[in-house]
Amino acid sequence: MAIEVDGKVLETDEEGYLVNLKDWVPAVADEMAKEDDLVLTEEHWEIINFLREYYDEYQIAPAVRVLTKAVGKRMGKEKGNSKYLYSLFPYGPGKQACRFAGLPKPTGCI
Amino acid sequence: MSEEIKNFLYLNRRAPYGTIYAWESLEVVLIGAAFDQKVSLAFVDDGVFQIVKGQKTEQIGMKNFSPTYSALGDYDVNQLYVERESLEERGLTVDDLMHLTWEDEDEDWAEKDSIRVVSRAEMAEIITQQDVVFSF
Amino acid sequence: MSDLHTINKSPFEKSSFDSCMEHVLEGSAVLLYEDGVYAALKGTAAEGKVKSVQGVKVYALGPDLNARGLQEERVIDGVEIVDYAGFVDLAAKHDKVVAWV
Repeated sequence: MAIEVDGKVLETDEEGYLVNLKDWVPAVADEMAKEDDLVLTEEHWEIINFLREYYDEYQIAPAVRVLTKAVGKRMGKEKGNSKYLYSLFPYGPGKQACRFAGLPKPTGCI
Repeated sequence: MSEEIKNFLYLNRRAPYGTIYAWESLEVVLIGAAFDQKVSLAFVDDGVFQIVKGQKTEQIGMKNFSPTYSALGDYDVNQLYVERESLEERGLTVDDLMHLTWEDEDEDWAEKDSIRVVSRAEMAEIITQQDVVFSF
Repeated sequence: MSDLHTINKSPFEKSSFDSCMEHVLEGSAVLLYEDGVYAALKGTAAEGKVKSVQGVKVYALGPDLNARGLQEERVIDGVEIVDYAGFVDLAAKHDKVVAWV
């Protein structure tokens, strides 16, 4: 599979995750969101950027409950809960947001 | 959950990078942590090399997964037992290891040490107290 | 708890045997299989540890001894030889299995 962003064809796996982390540019997230019928807002980007920072520090994409807890710690309880995160990422804040962020499928999501 | 909570110990006895065991173990730990069981890790023999600080893998073309041990606390894995004799046999002290911590949500995210250095005799007791031991 | 510790590596190549013997507690059992069976032989550097471990019953898997041409008379006295069914029985009757891989 592949996704076309800014005229470049980027390889994705069978679930739509980028194969090469280094291929990621913000437009990848916008393009993937469009395919999922979403328009990314500042609130989405806050989570996507958080995930990218998490990966940069720990070398893994966090499981959804780990993400929820970490968001709660960083941004407060009103954002660190499944209801808020699912409202932003209806296909699952772990899986969908990690995909938009160019990360692999979260470790520990089953 | 109505099911009984069990104690799971992951027994790590191999160095990183030379074989896939260390990384596989870590991945299984992170996946298994979703099951609401009590999980702890033991580092014995060459396993202590997994958590040595200052790992840099660029030149061998492999993923440096040592930062991932710092995420264990987020996954509620807070007990890392390191065997003192295994360290000593390899010329290591606890100062050569990464400083691994977890944050206690119940105490306003107070940072606490995850690593506990134990003697070989204590390790034998820790192993026998488990319900399940996974060996890597 | 009474655990069954298993060793499947040669004591002369890997630390699995030595490490197991240093962590096994009285009342537990040790089963040697695959290349672990080399630790069951008389006259090796491992023999002393097999004989001196206190209150621990040591077993060796017969099929793995036979495969390696190791006759029963070469096995240390007191080491009990079991077949696959015996292995299963041992695993079932102990609280858990601790593998030294």
